[in-house]
Amino acid sequence: MTDISQKITQMKTWLAAYDGPDISIMEVCGSHTAAISKYGISGLLSEKLHLISGPGCPVCVTPTGYIDRLIELSMEKNTTVVTFGDLIRVPGREKSLAEAKGEGASVEMVYSPFDLMRLAKERPHQRFVFAAVGFETTAPVYAMLLKQLVEADMTNVQLLTALKTMPPVIRWLCEHGDGIDGFLAPGHVAAVTGSDLFRPLAEQYYVPFGVAGFGAEELLLAVYGTFRAVEQYRESGIRPEVKNYYPAVVSPQGNQKARELVDRYFEPCDALWRGIGVIADSGRRLREPYAQFDAGSDLVMEDRKKNQACRCDQILMGKALPGDCPLFGGVCTPMNPQGACMVSEEGSCHQYLMYHRTR
Amino acid sequence: MCVALPGKVIEVYEKDALVDFSGNRVRAIAGLVPIAVGDYVLVHAGCILQKLSVGEAQDMIKLFEELEEV
Repeated sequence: MTDISQKITQMKTWLAAYDGPDISIMEVCGSHTAAISKYGISGLLSEKLHLISGPGCPVCVTPTGYIDRLIELSMEKNTTVVTFGDLIRVPGREKSLAEAKGEGASVEMVYSPFDLMRLAKERPHQRFVFAAVGFETTAPVYAMLLKQLVEADMTNVQLLTALKTMPPVIRWLCEHGDGIDGFLAPGHVAAVTGSDLFRPLAEQYYVPFGVAGFGAEELLLAVYGTFRAVEQYRESGIRPEVKNYYPAVVSPQGNQKARELVDRYFEPCDALWRGIGVIADSGRRLREPYAQFDAGSDLVMEDRKKNQACRCDQILMGKALPGDCPLFGGVCTPMNPQGACMVSEEGSCHQYLMYHRTR
Repeated sequence: MCVALPGKVIEVYEKDALVDFSGNRVRAIAGLVPIAVGDYVLVHAGCILQKLSVGEAQDMIKLFEELEEV
């Protein structure tokens, strides 16, 4: 047996045998929720250990008003809304962008925001609005896009921004959450921000942060390490800290150049989170000198459920599991989603349904 | 949505680079981090976000051993 497989066996044995007081760890990032399902990591845990899915899927936390605003724009004359694929089926108050497209709205899907440059050059008289959602990982991509737009003096591209940042929502969860003992920190956010981003939160709230990658072994290591950190804090008072389990990609400081570029074009603002409400300074909006690139992002202030029974809001906060929602798997399915968590492939409900997860 | 994949830089151009993902070659925007041919990089939404450091398997054993020492 190789050295690594021995370690993995040791970790799995501990995770399955743990019989102390319950420990709940939140994986904030939607890609982690998806990877945990794919690798069956939740199935390795004893009944005393819990992994809770958090509000780190940007599509899932986008308020309905944002979708409604995109639909309005896509219906305007000479305007095309351009988006990543995962946003297109998210329900607004009445319908999704995909449904609007079926009714004649102009909606295009791209793999990368840079595809927009080609579209906009080919059709200079058409206005293109990009649905700029995302966390710290994606903000540098929009900053690079803006840099290119400014350099090329292009005026027919705008962003409808719903950019969000992690620390304020994690702080919110530390204060309003339901017994979260530690966090798996999002690895690709940390690739940009650096693992130090989470240090003040770990110190203030005495919760460990495990910066995790997305491969089976590195994720298992982060899950194990973070559960152990909670146990050691409870048993021996060892102060929880930020531990980087993804060193191939994440450094303490991250990518400084990317952060500077984001700061050049964007400034902090209050942001509306689906189901949670407004969290102060948890968003990013375009700075005043670049206001011409904004498609009215400040107008988005509404968040109303399509289906009143939908429990996405509580699921995003870790206060309910997808199976607790009366719509789950019946009225609400990936083919007919009632809430954002069922649409996105990284949404908790989508993952729990597709992988038959009950915990 | 924060999906990002590691790939190997094959060629570097003025504003972007050709990156190989297990045989699938894609052009990704460069400029956020210095890169050279042969580097492994993390690509997100068509943009190179970070350069990868090598020796990940070694790191994992080291990290595990650190945990057990506590």
